[in-house]
Amino acid sequence: MEAVLFFVAAIGALGGAIGVVAMRNPFYSVLALIVHLFSLAVLFLLLSSAFVAAAQVVVYAGAVMVLYVFVVAYVGGGEESAWEPIPGQQFIAPLLGIAIFIELAVAVLASSLLALGTDGPDVKAGFGDPAAIGHLLLERFLVPFEASSILLLLAAVGAIVLAGRQAVDGTPGAGSPGTPREREPGDPAPGVPTTGAPVR
Amino acid sequence: MSIEWYIVLSSLLFAVGAMGILIRRSPVVILLCLELMLNAGNLALVAFSRMVGNQQGQIFALVVMVVAACEVVVGLGLIVAIFRRKLPLDVDELRELRG
Repeated sequence: MEAVLFFVAAIGALGGAIGVVAMRNPFYSVLALIVHLFSLAVLFLLLSSAFVAAAQVVVYAGAVMVLYVFVVAYVGGGEESAWEPIPGQQFIAPLLGIAIFIELAVAVLASSLLALGTDGPDVKAGFGDPAAIGHLLLERFLVPFEASSILLLLAAVGAIVLAGRQAVDGTPGAGSPGTPREREPGDPAPGVPTTGAPVR
Repeated sequence: MSIEWYIVLSSLLFAVGAMGILIRRSPVVILLCLELMLNAGNLALVAFSRMVGNQQGQIFALVVMVVAACEVVVGLGLIVAIFRRKLPLDVDELRELRG
């Protein structure tokens, strides 16, 4: 039963990962990543870490993916141009990916960790449940916990500064919706000298 | 299932994510592939924590999740800023910082 569940989740995770890379439309890539994240949550449950699995579903598949969907809907899922700055990139890149996998596989197979081939030791019933993780986070790992909360605050402030600057000092009419899309950057706008450089 | 299977799956997922970063040129998809690589690392961390019967690896995985969320927020903020300045959303055309 456990083996069946593992292989179903592994195929889902791998299929989702390949879907992220292979889909042309970024929106479908985001949907494939959601499949991948749910499969990973199942794998975390199989590894008896219930809290990490719940956090995976709530934080990743819930919050982060909603952010991705909003941004993809905002910037639009454009096709990638066929222009390749590095000749043969589409063929070299998979080879490099396979090389990374071979390297990691050699590292796993040649490792001297004897417990790698076992199922791991028998653990108590409370292994990895929210109570145990909470005790560890708030007692032993209190400093990393607080540091990560400061990191989250800094990231939120940084995102506001990055994405909201043009609304403050932008050109007149930048706040009204639809205005940025009226002219393409390359088009000679009426009444504007065609310097060609986009507004920084 | 033995822990080895999880580690092999994790390295496979990491390789797929790295390949995606090398192939794709849309910054949104590159961020998605970064997520793939971070999640592969998370899977390895949780598998090793199960292997030694110790929950500290799961704490590590949770901290990695926090860092990944921060990276996503800043990265998507950058993408929105690039889009608002009407610059092309293609990492090969945004090459002004290259020496």
